[in-house]
Amino acid sequence: MATMTRDTVETRVFGVLRIVTIVLLLIITIFPFYYMGLLSLRPLDRVLQDPGALWLPPSEVNLDSYGSVVAPPSAGGQGFLIFLANSAVVAFGTVALTLLIALPGAYAVSRLQFFGRRQVGVLFLAVYLFPPILLAVPLFVFFTRIGLRGTLVGLLIVYVSQVVAVSIYMLRNYFDTVPVSLEEAAAIDGCSRLGVMWRISLPLAMPAIIANALFIFMIAWNEFLFALLFLIEERDRWTVSLGLSQLAGSIEIPTTVLMAGSVIVTLPIIVVFFASEKLLTEGLTAGAEKG
Amino acid sequence: MSTEAGIRPPGTTPPEERGTGRTLAAADARAGLALISPTVVIVLAMVVVPIVWTVLLAFQRLRLLNLRSSGLFGEFTLSNFDNVFTAPTFWSALATTLTYSVLGTAGAIGLGLVAALALRRPFRGRGLVRAVMLLPYVAPIVAATFSWSTMLNPQFGVVNHWGTRLLGWDEPIAFLSQRSSDISLFGLTIGVPTALLTVIAFEAWRSFPFAFLFLTARLQAVPATLEEAATVDGATLTQRFRYVVLPQLLPTIAVLAVLRFIWTFNSFDDIYLLTGGGAGTEVVAVSVFSALTARGDIGGAAAQALVLAAILAALIGLYLWRLAPREERS
Repeated sequence: MATMTRDTVETRVFGVLRIVTIVLLLIITIFPFYYMGLLSLRPLDRVLQDPGALWLPPSEVNLDSYGSVVAPPSAGGQGFLIFLANSAVVAFGTVALTLLIALPGAYAVSRLQFFGRRQVGVLFLAVYLFPPILLAVPLFVFFTRIGLRGTLVGLLIVYVSQVVAVSIYMLRNYFDTVPVSLEEAAAIDGCSRLGVMWRISLPLAMPAIIANALFIFMIAWNEFLFALLFLIEERDRWTVSLGLSQLAGSIEIPTTVLMAGSVIVTLPIIVVFFASEKLLTEGLTAGAEKG
Repeated sequence: MSTEAGIRPPGTTPPEERGTGRTLAAADARAGLALISPTVVIVLAMVVVPIVWTVLLAFQRLRLLNLRSSGLFGEFTLSNFDNVFTAPTFWSALATTLTYSVLGTAGAIGLGLVAALALRRPFRGRGLVRAVMLLPYVAPIVAATFSWSTMLNPQFGVVNHWGTRLLGWDEPIAFLSQRSSDISLFGLTIGVPTALLTVIAFEAWRSFPFAFLFLTARLQAVPATLEEAATVDGATLTQRFRYVVLPQLLPTIAVLAVLRFIWTFNSFDDIYLLTGGGAGTEVVAVSVFSALTARGDIGGAAAQALVLAAILAALIGLYLWRLAPREERS
């Protein structure tokens, strides 16, 4: 009977603790983003007068910070539209190029027996875990020499090389779940290897492909180190992340404007993420049970 | 491995062998190599070759100024490594990196475990809560660091505002620019590395969702019958966790520990953006970056990066040698 009461007590205590924990966790995960949005909408003088405000009266809502971030430099703004366009070009380019390269690769690793298949897997895992800062030095030197430093193309190539291994890993797991018998049936009906891939495997793997595309998009959009290394001298080619970090360095730019910039950088990611959360998390943790 | 395709060009198989298993296998092998080769090429060109090159650069006295004029293979020297090992800043950066990685990893996994357990039982809106908890991990690093540094700002940050009013702080704390602060506890005054602890807290906040995600996935695979049996046997909630659930999670926790440690050990963005490496938070990755850009010392940067990678490789090797076999047994 004693253990029964102990269990009841524990169940009650942890039942309450659980709710407290969930609320606390929600506060620490949301608050920084809420605060970012809040400051971006308040006028600077109000922030300085009353820094502790946690709520924004509708009468105080002010979009000037956004205007100042988006306006071109000629109009006294920060020219974020150009940065947004650069980020979009790099992110979409990385997605397209990576998928183009990784899809056949993932299919090969999943389906075809070839010499060196295991070694390729080890190589990709090593790439995945390698310190990017170690690549920074030689790539910086290399791109300086061939004149690709300061171009979006150079950045795009680096991003593709960074994500292609992870991409193959994620996609391979999915191809593994497509029944071979379907492909064999198509092959018997006279489909070539490429035809099978195109007509059977790709459509079936579409959820995984989309999840992977979104994942790559988020990595490329959020990346900072290589953008900083390669593009810093070319203001017209800054990505949003780089542009935002550079704004912080200058004293004249008010915090509210920085927060508006932060919201602009974050919003596309939040939209992409909430539209695809299930797909993404399943893709990311595929095979987690084994590990 | 990519030469295999060249040795046997397509169409060289004798026609009479067509249709047998052997040729099909050969065709598969060719197709496989052809399909994987673009990936291998880009990885070799953009990752493997640069790594080899880093090794070469680390043994040369190369500066940014003479980069365009110098050849690929200059004079080889050990002076870069000599500089790295004799500089006291390197050792302190290494100690900082280790502290940051160990505590950051532990914090992230601990918080992730708490979150995974708290959200284990279904309730209304759990899906949304779960999604929201992944935000710190998916949000752009620049925006996340800005939000934190604004919140922690000593002049108008919300944390210091409420801290001084509600928590009775004597004066605002410069979380990100103060090397250490004294805290009085039971009459003892202890110096606490303020900025370092702040960046560690940030790291734990930012990467706990990763641990949360993987632990949640693993929790779903724990068979319910095990816990039911334990309940029937009279095990309480904490006992069920300690003896049934936790052992199941340990392999996942071990993998997470390795992955998070590697990534935190290498990480650059968080600290560079939060403190710029100041106030006792300079980790090796940040010092590689400043050697490269601020001082233009390519050889020195390469040597530091190489030492960083070597230490990481040694630590992983040690882990695999000491700990991995034990897990396989359990």
